[in-house]
Amino acid sequence: MIEGQEEGKMEEWEPNIIVIACNWCTYQAADLAGSLRYSYPPTVKIVRVPCSGRVEPEFIIEALINGADGVLIGGCHPGDCHYKNGNYKALKRFELLKSVIEEFGIEPERVRLEWISGSEGLKFAEVMKEFNDTIRKLGPNPLKWKEINSV
Amino acid sequence: MSDKDIRIGVYICHCGENIAGAVNINEVAEFAKNLPDVAVVRDYLFMCSDPGQEIIKEDIRKGLVNRVVVAACTPRTHEPIFRRACEDAGLNKYYFEMANIRDQCSWAHWHEKEKATEKAKQLIAAAVAKARLLEPLEDRYVELNKNVMVVGGGIAGIFAALDLANAGFKVYMVEKNPSIGGNMAKLDKTFPTNDCSACILTPLMVEVANHPNVELITYAEVESVDGSVGNFKVKVRKKQTYVDWEKCTGCGACINACPPKARVPDEFNEGLSLRGAIYIQFPQAVPKKAVIDPDACIRCSGRWFGEEPRRTKDGKPILAPCEKACPTGACSRDEPRDPNGELIELNVGSIIVATGYKVMDKKQFKEFSDSPNVITALQMERLITATGPTEGKLIVPSDIPKYLEWKKKVEKGKEAELEARKPKVITFVSCVGSRDNRYHTYCSRVCCMYMLKQAMLLKEKYPELDIYMFFIDVRTPGKDFDEYYMRCRNLGIKIFKGKVGGVQKLPDERLLVKGYDADLGKPVELISDIVVLATAIEPNTDLKDLARKLGINVGAEGFLRERHTKLYPVDTMTEGIFIAGCAQGPKDIPDSVAQAKAAASSAASLLAPGKMKVEPLISEVNPEKCTGCGICVELCPYGAIEMVEYNGKRKSKINETLCKGCGVCAAACPSKAITLHGFTYEQVVAQIRTIAKKGVIEEV
Repeated sequence: MIEGQEEGKMEEWEPNIIVIACNWCTYQAADLAGSLRYSYPPTVKIVRVPCSGRVEPEFIIEALINGADGVLIGGCHPGDCHYKNGNYKALKRFELLKSVIEEFGIEPERVRLEWISGSEGLKFAEVMKEFNDTIRKLGPNPLKWKEINSV
Repeated sequence: MSDKDIRIGVYICHCGENIAGAVNINEVAEFAKNLPDVAVVRDYLFMCSDPGQEIIKEDIRKGLVNRVVVAACTPRTHEPIFRRACEDAGLNKYYFEMANIRDQCSWAHWHEKEKATEKAKQLIAAAVAKARLLEPLEDRYVELNKNVMVVGGGIAGIFAALDLANAGFKVYMVEKNPSIGGNMAKLDKTFPTNDCSACILTPLMVEVANHPNVELITYAEVESVDGSVGNFKVKVRKKQTYVDWEKCTGCGACINACPPKARVPDEFNEGLSLRGAIYIQFPQAVPKKAVIDPDACIRCSGRWFGEEPRRTKDGKPILAPCEKACPTGACSRDEPRDPNGELIELNVGSIIVATGYKVMDKKQFKEFSDSPNVITALQMERLITATGPTEGKLIVPSDIPKYLEWKKKVEKGKEAELEARKPKVITFVSCVGSRDNRYHTYCSRVCCMYMLKQAMLLKEKYPELDIYMFFIDVRTPGKDFDEYYMRCRNLGIKIFKGKVGGVQKLPDERLLVKGYDADLGKPVELISDIVVLATAIEPNTDLKDLARKLGINVGAEGFLRERHTKLYPVDTMTEGIFIAGCAQGPKDIPDSVAQAKAAASSAASLLAPGKMKVEPLISEVNPEKCTGCGICVELCPYGAIEMVEYNGKRKSKINETLCKGCGVCAAACPSKAITLHGFTYEQVVAQIRTIAKKGVIEEV
């Protein structure tokens, strides 16, 4: 394993945020935000999955232990899931995961679940700004992958 | 390098200035060269253009690359294009991955060029990390059902249905009202040619109803939709009509028999008159059949359907007036009727949604007074048309009851004088609820033209009328539209540039209009007999529900969202479902018809081959790893997973024709026995790790 970028001083520190977005709603919303030129922090990077129900708890754990400071899962609004109810399954798993990561010593605010529909480009941008602010206040992810690896 | 011979080509698109304006292409290209397994890095002005695609194809043909990563716009629109390019050059098209560095990078971070460049690098690294783990897949084929359901029987639905039916497809037309025809049936004349709406619409209604390939299902609504492109299973709820349509001849005898007590506002006349509890939607209805509105019916005979009739002293059953009037027994209350109607199941390959619009109610606009002489433009349409409550005789709306009473007397052969007031001044107000932050920010697109049309029709018929019109500005951007506007002006219609702040009812029922003339820069006041409000066009009330059932998107303003505004204007994000007419956004008849024909041709070109390729991005169980716990069986939203016997053990198996590739099962499998092709655990985690490590790809 190669270690990622070295941690800089606090003032220079920029959050590293991963958004795992469902293809039908949040990913579309991100595209729409771009095409309408709504800006949001470039710290946000998106990984596309077909459905929020595809998201495995391990995805979030992997993101956190490898250096992400915040992880957001974006799905369709309740009732709007392209696959009927994948978002409800995501919600149940997410709540469980949130309680688990607290045990790891990670602030639960670092992980978030949001319903953002394909037409909510503005909401996407706003949620990203807000989440970025939250993570910035929390500071860098306390969980260093090295430590976990050494366990 | 891994053991496998992986040679990744990274192709960076400038998208003109769209990407290159914010992302430093050279820097990103240099970065990409150093990523593991990357053999070639190239950039081009427009990667999706023919020369751009040729660059990729050439590298594949020469054997330089065997995995392709394109860093450009969004895979939602361009993935299929690049996949085809790979396939054309002889590479399995699933050896392709995209990095979205335009919509989700350069456009969003236009003013932070360094950071946008940094983010683009990370997104490309993530795509490369996934590309290293891609697997070749083979397309599947599904058989397509060649039937189409058209939802909505207005002008858009009618044209979509006719085009498809003429091309040989079986069409089910589902309409929520008893008759097809939609809002256009309510119109008097249509711009810009002023031809009579009924004259051009009613023959089409008859044509579609009599077409051997069309089955009309009116007074019905979509209840649920299952399945996917080529094989939708639709349940349609045919509402209870309380009239036997097999027997009903549309004679109208029942309508006259229905007592005055049971009268409610007539939807077809936009509330300007009353209809009975039993009614035929309008005289030219297709099908021309009566229905009973159970909420309005006052149960004259003291019994409801299926109940024992009350009897006279000599034992004869007491019948309801409508029952008595009906010459064919269609209104008989002897048999019970299910208030929930009937559920019809349809199997269709494609669906066209053309559910139209409604106009905003004037009640929301308190500033325009509650006078009955302040009406919506659609009410004005009913007031001037020969099929309207006054047979087209222009009187002030508050005197319509007087007119109807007079008419009744005359019909009974009595002598009577009509004492209805004729208007001398009519004022039109544009943009009521449209282009207004308090209601809708959008322009309803048709108001300027229909207001001009109504003004023109009125002025031509009653030259002595004074007509005033208030516009924010006049928008007439269609073919022959501006000429129409000039014609209108030349008739002596007075047009103000400015808004109307309020309307006040005067003691003599006339109206004081308080407006602003932007040219004079002064407030103006005028007294008017009728004020016509061009209230905004809104999506139909239940459109959101329908969209949810269909799995298609609704935009912020409530209209259906097309897949792509410019390139796929009648497609939706759900393959096989198309949209047309005002359900997609406000538009006039020419545009609705054009869109309907586009939707019909899209559905036809989809279904005509009888089968279609489907991306094999579905889940698969590895029976060696499966422990047979069965968790996935319960979770699958499509019932696609069943337990089967495998080497003497219970294992789960996925039916690939039912699987839609959501990946819920893969996420839940405790033994990681399920792979969602295209989004495997390893692929997604590789992307996540790469971004978490800010663009550093872990060796595999």
